[in-house]
Amino acid sequence: MVNLGVNIGGLNLKNPVLTASGTFGYGEEFADFVDLNRLGGFIIKGTTINHREGNPYPRMAETPSGMLNAVGLQNKGVDYFIENIYPRIKDVDSHVIVNVSGATIDDYVAVCEKLSPLDKINAIEVNISCPNVKQGGMAFGTTCEGAAQVARAVRNAFAKTVIIKLSPNVTDITEIARAVEAEGADAVSLINTLLGMAIDVERQRPYLSTITGGLSGPAVRPVAVRMVWQVAKAVNIPVIGLGGIMNGRDAIEFMLAGASAIQVGTANFIDPSVTMKIIDYMDEYCLRHGIKDINEIIGMINN
Amino acid sequence: MKKYILDLTIVENRRIHELYTLLILTTSDGSILPEMKPGQFVQVAVDGSKTTFLRRPISINNVDRENNHLWLLVRNAGEGTRALMALKPGDLLNVVLPLGNSFSMPKNQSDLVLLAGGGVGVAPMLYWGKRLKEEGYMPKFLIGARSAKDVLQLAEFEKIGEVYVSTEDGSMGEKGLVTTNTVLDTDINKIYCCGPAPMMKAIANVAKAKSIDCEVSLENMMACGLGACLCCVENTVKGNVCVCTEGPVFNINELTW
Ligand SMILES: Cc1cc2nc3c(=O)[nH]c(=O)nc-3n(C[C@H](O)[C@H](O)[C@H](O)COP(=O)(O)OP(=O)(O)OC[C@H]3O[C@@H](n4cnc5c(N)ncnc54)[C@H](O)[C@@H]3O)c2cc1C
Ligand SMILES: Cc1cc2nc3c(=O)[nH]c(=O)nc-3n(C[C@H](O)[C@H](O)[C@H](O)COP(=O)(O)O)c2cc1C
Ligand code: FES
Repeated sequence: MVNLGVNIGGLNLKNPVLTASGTFGYGEEFADFVDLNRLGGFIIKGTTINHREGNPYPRMAETPSGMLNAVGLQNKGVDYFIENIYPRIKDVDSHVIVNVSGATIDDYVAVCEKLSPLDKINAIEVNISCPNVKQGGMAFGTTCEGAAQVARAVRNAFAKTVIIKLSPNVTDITEIARAVEAEGADAVSLINTLLGMAIDVERQRPYLSTITGGLSGPAVRPVAVRMVWQVAKAVNIPVIGLGGIMNGRDAIEFMLAGASAIQVGTANFIDPSVTMKIIDYMDEYCLRHGIKDINEIIGMINN
Repeated sequence: MKKYILDLTIVENRRIHELYTLLILTTSDGSILPEMKPGQFVQVAVDGSKTTFLRRPISINNVDRENNHLWLLVRNAGEGTRALMALKPGDLLNVVLPLGNSFSMPKNQSDLVLLAGGGVGVAPMLYWGKRLKEEGYMPKFLIGARSAKDVLQLAEFEKIGEVYVSTEDGSMGEKGLVTTNTVLDTDINKIYCCGPAPMMKAIANVAKAKSIDCEVSLENMMACGLGACLCCVENTVKGNVCVCTEGPVFNINELTW
């Protein structure tokens, strides 16, 4: 038997496969296609202190091998999550990780404080990189001070595993990664979407109501693999890799580059059962290469 | 309702003319097609082309239980639908189904119902019309199109009830937009409508003016079709809601049109 279990900053995952925030709802939406208990964990959509309506429609445009989105963190707020969603998903035999967003440091802290007492929530992923929110969000993720400020605040407010999700829209992502590591982050995940734009040339206007949006899907994968490789060499905490993973091969690519776990995002829209296939592939890949423990392949290209 | 990912086999690709085709599909393993409701849709995968990366939402046009067939009516709108139009008998099409809500039954058994479809928007009206007839209603149909050749499935609709047609160039039925069709001057208690947004808005206005209950089926751009990505939202009296799960069918009272 191959061991697929990995450890992410104190969190034991039964396998390295997680789902990416904003692409897997609250998990329940996929219950007909996926055995949620088989996942390493799932990261639920961006949660803020207050209800948010998000950006106006249209919020999505398809682009070559990818898509742009400008959802703008639509969610019903952390209290709604705790009262209505949490009771429905808390018994799943897999990790439920909440993706936390905020416009101010106080917002992040307030959400963390509300999530802290929940037994099932053993980790949070802090989004300092959402490109769709005017204040805060992106600004925190694009400077070392901003990122460090958020990391410090959530570290103090949440005693369990803290994963900081990094923005690729920066000159040197390793600096930001080091800055949050120094503040006590347990892990980093990358990449969030790349800022992009597309124009309907017949109607002579942008496709998105917000003009620019976040690019995801296989179009971003080589950029994501490069950044994961760089960050994994720059920090000593585990790195969770994502960006355009469509299948098991792509997932292995991120692990070879240095990721200890991976997230599947946009691919869930194309094949809602894809995560199950990725887990199967990892098993099969390891057998085929005589690998007994998937941890052996993490960062293998550097050996 | 339980959702499935299925590889369906193309039984027939019935080309209507260069712009439209009727795809008739069945299960590839002989199993019975899952339950599907009128108004629901499917998400089809369009092979590996780089520009048709996401699935495409297509309405359920008909479920022929006798033959275990699913009908999809497709209009050539771009690369993805063009790939669907090129499918041949025996080809497999990967589909996620059934998705979305459905039309709701009229309040009273005696209600006079009108099903209005514009262009390929007639698609959900065939399955819904058949269901209404089975339930004892006498649905009337109003079909709007640019010209006679864009009036789709006329013979099918005529089997179910009276059909009224409006064409913009007057080549069939009354000349003009559906909103000026004289059937709208008759007694109607409920309208169901699917078509281009301007048509649905115009019908909604007529319904409001005459205090007729009205449901429309929206075609917002979708990514997941499962309520996960929040890309397909429509602004409603309850705020932004997903068309793929809380719709595609909405009562016009819920919309902010
Ligand atoms: C619930 C629902 C039911 C539908 N039912 C039918 C049907 O029965 N028959 C039919 O022919 N068409 C139907 N459509 C529209 C159909 O999905 C689009 O025409 C198709 O996705 C276009 O893809 P394409 O690659 O051919 O064109 P593209 O080149 O991708 O786009 C052409 C135009 O189609 C529209 N479109 C593109 N992608 C989408 C998308 N993901 N969702 C919605 N609209 C899109 C846009 O307005 C775009 O400008 C339905 C749409 C929805 C949301
Ligand atoms: C529709 C959509 C919504 C998203 N919402 C969030 C979010 O709320 N919080 C977040 O941190 N990332 C969000 N993301 C980013 C993804 O989690 C992921 O980082 C990105 O899509 C790259 O991975 P992928 O190419 O596998 O999709 C969203 C992405 C998409 C496509
Ligand atoms: S298309 Fe993803 S939520 Fe509707």
